Parts: sequence; structure tokens; C-alpha cells
Amino acid sequence: MTGALSKVYFFLIGLFLALPMIVVAGVSVNAKQTLAFPPKGFSLSWYGEIFLNPEWRNALFASLTLAILSAALAVAIALPLAWFLWRRIAPWANIFQLLGIAPFTLPPVITALGLLTFWATTGFYGQPWTAVVSHAIFFVTLPLVTLSLGFTAIDRSLVEAAATMGADDKTIFRTVVLPLILPYIVSGYAFAFVLSLNEYIVAYMTVGFTMETLPIKIFNALRYGYTPTMASVTILFVATAAIIFSLVARFGDLPKLLGAMSSDDT
Amino acid sequence: MRREAPQKLSDYGPLFFPAMMLIVFFVVPFATMIAVSFFQRQQGGFYVPAFQFANYERFLSLFFANVLGFSLMLAVTVAICCVLLAVPFTYLLTRMTRKVQIVWLVALLSVLSLSEVIIGFAWSTLFSRTAGITNLLVMAGIMSEAKALLPSFGAVLTGMVYQAFPYTVLVLYPALVRLDPTLTEAARTLGASPIKAFFTVVVPALRNTITATLIMVFIFALGSYLLPQLLGRPQHWTLSVLITDQAIYQSNMPFAAAMAVFLVLVTLGLVALTVLAGRKGEAA
Repeated sequence: MTGALSKVYFFLIGLFLALPMIVVAGVSVNAKQTLAFPPKGFSLSWYGEIFLNPEWRNALFASLTLAILSAALAVAIALPLAWFLWRRIAPWANIFQLLGIAPFTLPPVITALGLLTFWATTGFYGQPWTAVVSHAIFFVTLPLVTLSLGFTAIDRSLVEAAATMGADDKTIFRTVVLPLILPYIVSGYAFAFVLSLNEYIVAYMTVGFTMETLPIKIFNALRYGYTPTMASVTILFVATAAIIFSLVARFGDLPKLLGAMSSDDT
Repeated sequence: MRREAPQKLSDYGPLFFPAMMLIVFFVVPFATMIAVSFFQRQQGGFYVPAFQFANYERFLSLFFANVLGFSLMLAVTVAICCVLLAVPFTYLLTRMTRKVQIVWLVALLSVLSLSEVIIGFAWSTLFSRTAGITNLLVMAGIMSEAKALLPSFGAVLTGMVYQAFPYTVLVLYPALVRLDPTLTEAARTLGASPIKAFFTVVVPALRNTITATLIMVFIFALGSYLLPQLLGRPQHWTLSVLITDQAIYQSNMPFAAAMAVFLVLVTLGLVALTVLAGRKGEAA
């Protein structure tokens, strides 16, 4: 009885999560430029449009470049910080951990506005690279959290053994720590990448008038009327996110990354 | 190699780059924003350094009080809806096999990572007349003709619950995974039905977690900047929407900054409450 009840409950939640995507997927295959559901006719041309129409293609490239670079910068900031906090006893350095988590915890509009006033004051407002730095700071929380988790999972006796054998800090990092931490670097990068790809407000406030990322392009298109391309881009985004997170789950321990202890260390 | 305090200056080396980046690109911008909130606005979107409280005095208007009241009410409603839906969901999820859990977690993460633009677009399509859910109801013969369900408060609320639900589940997940399964087993052995065991054993054991989650989802919902604009009417605009509007379209940076500072203070106050609730939970 309760088993059936929980199945119904899971079905309803699943339906709630999937319904907008089902409708959007339906709209994306309309034959003509109408937003009809159920779709009138069937055509995949709106998916081709993303790559063929120069406006959408440029937005796609801008978004990909931004996500690739900003996620890399976020990891470059998070890795030495997480390593230092794990390697050294320096309680005051925890303030940087806090600073790394703050941008993501505060309402996003605050980080966006802070960066907007900063770039405007320093005179760099509108430069494409400011979006990379802005996103890296905004999303540094994700690699920082996954890496901190990864470092706590390292058995310190391994590192100690290497040190007893005469390895210095650099050698230990390269031969022992790095291989153990690599899955967490990858998942931290993946989280930052997907979120950067989808991010709107920070990108809009920093480079919104000079560069169009895909979310900005969709928002601008929304104001001038709907096209099915928006629907096909949406489906592309959902599929990308689902594929990347599935890969993270396939090669890493997703429940553990999300804060659950894995069964073998409880 | 034991964990040790830094001995020489070069031991601080790894800290240099992260610290510099976070200070230059987070602390300084934050300080800039606070400074700008006291500046004076000039025509044409510029502002000049000044020290005045005029931007803060505008909070004292009735319009602003209404916006603040509505923002808080909306965020509280979203937080309550999400927690009500997510607590039983997450509880049941943690009792499932690892494989099933991973599939759901991937789905939840995918929805969570969606941009507000996309969520807003998807729900405005779903609630629209031409492509909306009402078309399905017409086909099923329940309704006589399709109609638009937006802009409305219900549309804003639905969109925001959709956005915050995966977040709520992921916040609850670690606590619920660690919940001792013998607790419910004991209740079941003593003759309680699964539903009764859930409400009399699981929910009380999670009281502090639920309080902390409510506050976190509340803050998350307070940050929603597009959904009220895309799915609602102007009277459904929240503080976050208003900040964006003032900064971008009205080009009134000082006022936008003052509102943002105010929003930070509200948020920080709530984070302090969360930490306090967490401390109490550990002590108990």
C-alpha cells in the first residue's frame, strides 16, 4: 500500500520536473515558426538553426568559451586554496574558504551588481575577459566544496609514507595527492562548467551590452517574440547538463559528492 | 607528513593566487558596491562620489515597503511548499537503491543547473494559450477552450517552486542519508504504520535540519531575479527584480546598490540564524 503510494508520489514529482521540458521539446520540433503544442508537423530544422544561424552560433561559441575558461580559472583558484587548508594549520586562512563560498550563497544579483560597479569603476566594463573572471569568482564555490571533500578523503598515512621515503612537498603533490584528487578536480570543473553555461545575471550585468551568451540571447529573443529556436536551445542545454552529470556519476561517487558518506567509510 | 603550521614565508605561496583573486574580484567589488550606495546619481546613468543617505531614505516609501513585504511573503511561501514536497521525497529517495538514487540525482542536478531564463521560458510556454497545458485539457475534453494561465501569482509560485525544489532535495539529502534506519525500524516493530513512523520518528528527529533548510531555501528564493518578471505582473516583482531593473534599465546604480546592501543584510541575518539553529541541533 505505502509502496504504491510512494510510487505515485515519485511519478507526480517526476512529471512536475519533466513537464516543462516535454512541452518545450514538443515546441522545438514544430514544422513552422509557431509555438504550438502538440507540435504541428515535425522538423528538426530548429536544432540546425542553432548552428546555421550566425547569431545563435556566435552565442553558442561565446557561452562555450566562457564556460571552458571560467571553470578552469575557478579550479585554478580553488585547488591551491583547498590544498593549503588541508596541508597547513592556519585557522585565519579559513576566511578565504568563507570568501570562496560567499558569492554563491548570497543572492546572485548581489554578486552581479558588485562586479558591475567594480568593472565600471575600473574602466574595464564590457570587455569579454571580465565575464570570465566574474564567472570564475561566482562559481569558485563548486570546485572549492568538491576539492575540500576530496582532500578530507585522502588517507594521511599515504602522504606520511611518501615523506618518510624522502619525497618533498612537490613530489608528494604530483605523485600521491594529485592522482587521488583528480576525480574531484574533474567533478568540480564539470559543476562550474555547466552552471557557467546556464548563468544569466552575472554575464548580463558584466558584458550584456557587448557580448551575447546563449542565456542572454534567449532572454533578448523572448522580448522580441518567440521562435522555436529558443525551445531547441533549451533542450540542448538540458541534454548537455544531463550528459555531463551522468558522466560525473559514472566516473565518480555522486552521492558522496553531494554530501552522503559512501557505504565503505561509514 | 603531518599537518603543520606554515614555517617560512614561502609556505604561504599556494595561498597567494586564490587570496589575491578573491580579494581583488570579490571583496573589492563588494566594497565598491557599498560605496556606490552612498553616491549621488547624475542624469545619464552616471554617479558622482558623495556621502548621502538619500538612496536609503527611499526605502521608507510605501511602494518599497510593499515590494519588500511581497518578496518576503513569496520567498516564505516557496520555501514552505518546497520543504513540504521535498522532505517525504528525499526520505523515500534515500531508502532506494544506489542506482535509482543516482538517476534521480542526475535529473535534479540537471534541473537545478538550468538558467532562470530557460525555466522562465519553459513555464511561460507551458502556461501559454497556444502551446500550453490547457491544450492537453481541451484534448482530454475537460476544458472547452485553451487559455493563458499567466501572468499570475500562481505562475510565479509554480516557476519558483520548480527552480527551488531540486535545491531543497540536495540540501536535505546528506542529513537524510545519515539518518539512522534503526529509528524507523524500531517504530515499525512497535507497530507503527510507515506513515505514522515517518511523522512521529523521522520528522521530529530532523526538526533542526528542516528549520535550516527552510531558511536556506528562503534565501535561494529571495535571489530569484527573472521568474517574477517573466511569469508575473509588475505587482509580483521582488526586490531582486527591482535591483536588476534599477541597475540596468533605470541606470540608477546608487539606488540599486543601496537595495543590494539591504538585501545582503537581510540574507546575512538569516545565515546567522541558520548557523545558530545548526549549533543548537549539534548540542541537542
